[in-house]
Amino acid sequence: MTNEEIKEYISSLAPAATYDETGEWLNILVEPTALKPLMANLRTGKMQMNYLFCVTCVDFKTHLTMVYHLSATTHRQSIVIKANVNRDTPVIETVCDIWRTAEFLEREVFEMFGVQFTNHPDLRKLILEDDFKGFPLRKDFEDPINMIKL
Amino acid sequence: MYNQTEIIKDTSELGADGELVINMGPQHPATHGVLHLVVTLNGETIKKIEPHLGFIHRSIEKMCESLTYRQFIYVTSRMDYLSSHINNLGCALLVEKGMQIEVPERAKYIRVILSELTRIASHELWLGAMAMDLGAFTPFFYAFREREMITDIMEDTCGARLTMNYIVPGGLMYDLHPDFQKKVKAFITQFKSKVTEYEDLVTNNIIFQSRTKGVGILSAEDAISYGCTGPVARASGVSCDIRKIYPYEVYDKVEFDEVIETAGDSFARYIVRVKEMNQSIRIIEQLIDNIPEGDFVGKTKNVLKLPKGEFYSRVETARGEFGVYVVSEGGTTPHRIKFRSPGFSNLSVLNHIAAGGMIGDLMASMGTLDLVIPDIDR
Repeated sequence: MTNEEIKEYISSLAPAATYDETGEWLNILVEPTALKPLMANLRTGKMQMNYLFCVTCVDFKTHLTMVYHLSATTHRQSIVIKANVNRDTPVIETVCDIWRTAEFLEREVFEMFGVQFTNHPDLRKLILEDDFKGFPLRKDFEDPINMIKL
Repeated sequence: MYNQTEIIKDTSELGADGELVINMGPQHPATHGVLHLVVTLNGETIKKIEPHLGFIHRSIEKMCESLTYRQFIYVTSRMDYLSSHINNLGCALLVEKGMQIEVPERAKYIRVILSELTRIASHELWLGAMAMDLGAFTPFFYAFREREMITDIMEDTCGARLTMNYIVPGGLMYDLHPDFQKKVKAFITQFKSKVTEYEDLVTNNIIFQSRTKGVGILSAEDAISYGCTGPVARASGVSCDIRKIYPYEVYDKVEFDEVIETAGDSFARYIVRVKEMNQSIRIIEQLIDNIPEGDFVGKTKNVLKLPKGEFYSRVETARGEFGVYVVSEGGTTPHRIKFRSPGFSNLSVLNHIAAGGMIGDLMASMGTLDLVIPDIDR
C-alpha cells in the first residue's frame, strides 16, 4: 500500500488523525480515545499489522507522546502510530490484548513515565523497586544521588 | 524489586491445591546473570512464571540523553555484552543515517566480518552454557576453545575482548591489525574441522535430544505476537532476519541462507544457532580476501548534530532485532533514546512456553531463549 492509500484507510477509521511524512515511515497522530479501535482494526483488518516491534513514550515537557511502531511479517511495511496524552493524568487504553508483547513494554512505560494503561491485566513495576518515587525518564525527574547532568 | 516477606507469605496458603511458590535467582547458576523468576508450582508442574527484573538496571536510556552522538555508542556495549560490536554498529548506523555520513567500503567490510565473528562467539558461549545447564560439562570447553580464538582476534584488532568499542560514526576507530586476515583464516580452518565435534557431542546426544525435543514449544503466531526475533522466532518458522529483510552495510552483496526451522521447540532453537554459525563462516569467507583498500573512516564534523526529527535503525544481533529509536531536537544530544532490545521481548514469552511444563524442563526452555540480562534490564 502506498502512503496515500494508508492515509485514506486510516482516515476512514479515525477521521481526526493527522499525518507526518518527514521521517522514514508514515507517522499517524491520533486521539488517545481513538487509539484502541484503530489498533484493533490495524491488526485484524486489511493492513494485518501483526508485529508490534517498539512501544515507547517521549516526554515533550508539555505533554507525553505514546509511540507505537507497527509492521507486518507479510508485506513488511512499517507505520508509526502516536497519541498525545496529558502530562498530569496520562491515561491510555492498553493494546496488550492485541499484541502480547505490549504487556511488558507497557509495564516499562508505566514505571518510567507514569502512563496509566486501562484494562492492563497486570500493571505493576517491572524494573524499578516497588517503593520507587517518581518517573525517571521524564525530563523533570531529579535524583539527588545518581543524576548525570549536562 | 519486591518485598520478600510478601512472597514467602504466599506459601502459607499452601494446602488447598498444593501450590508452591519458589524463587529462582537472582543468584541461580543457570540464569547466567541476575534474573529473578518467581515460579508458582503445582507439584512439579509450572503454573506461572513471573520474571522480576532490574537488578542491574543502569538506566542507559536516561544516561544517553546527556551523552553526545559520539559518546552514547560506547554505553551500548554494556547492554548485550556478547553482541557489543553489533550494538555499536546499530547506533553508528543511526547517526550515519541521520547525518547522511558516507562510510568507506573498507569500513563496511570490516564491520560485517567483525559482526559475524561476534555472532559466532556469542553462539559458542551460548552452546557451551546451554549444554552445561542440561548437565553436559564437556561442550563448554570445546566451545570456549574456538571462542578464545575469536576473542584473541578481537583483542588484537579492537584492544578489548568483550566490549569492543571499535566503531565510530563514519567508520572505524583505527585500521586493522596486520595479522587480522591470517588469524581469521586460521580460525575458519579450526572451526570447520571442529564443528563436527559439537554434532557428535551435543546434537546427536540422545540425552540432550530427549531433554529438548518437544520442550517449550512456541508457535509462529505467538512468536510474532510476543515480538520474538532472532533464532527464537526463526526456530518457529518466522522469517525475521534483518540482514535479509533490510540489508545494511554489505549484507546485500554476500550469499547466505536465513536458517529457518519449523518445530518451534528447544531443539529447533539449538539447531538454528548451530546452523547460523556455519552461515556466519560462509559470510566471512566471502569477505575476508576482498577487503578493499582505502580509508577506514569517512569525513565527519567534529561536533555531530542530528537534524530535528525521529530516526530508527535496526541490526540483527546474535539474539535478534536490536533497534535504536532516537527523537532529536536538533542538538548535540538526543532528546529521547529508546533501545529495542531483543532479549526483553524474548523473555516475555517465557511464561507462555514454560507454563504447563515440568520444572526440570524450565532450564531447557529458558536456556534456548538465550537471555542476556544486562540487555533486558538496560
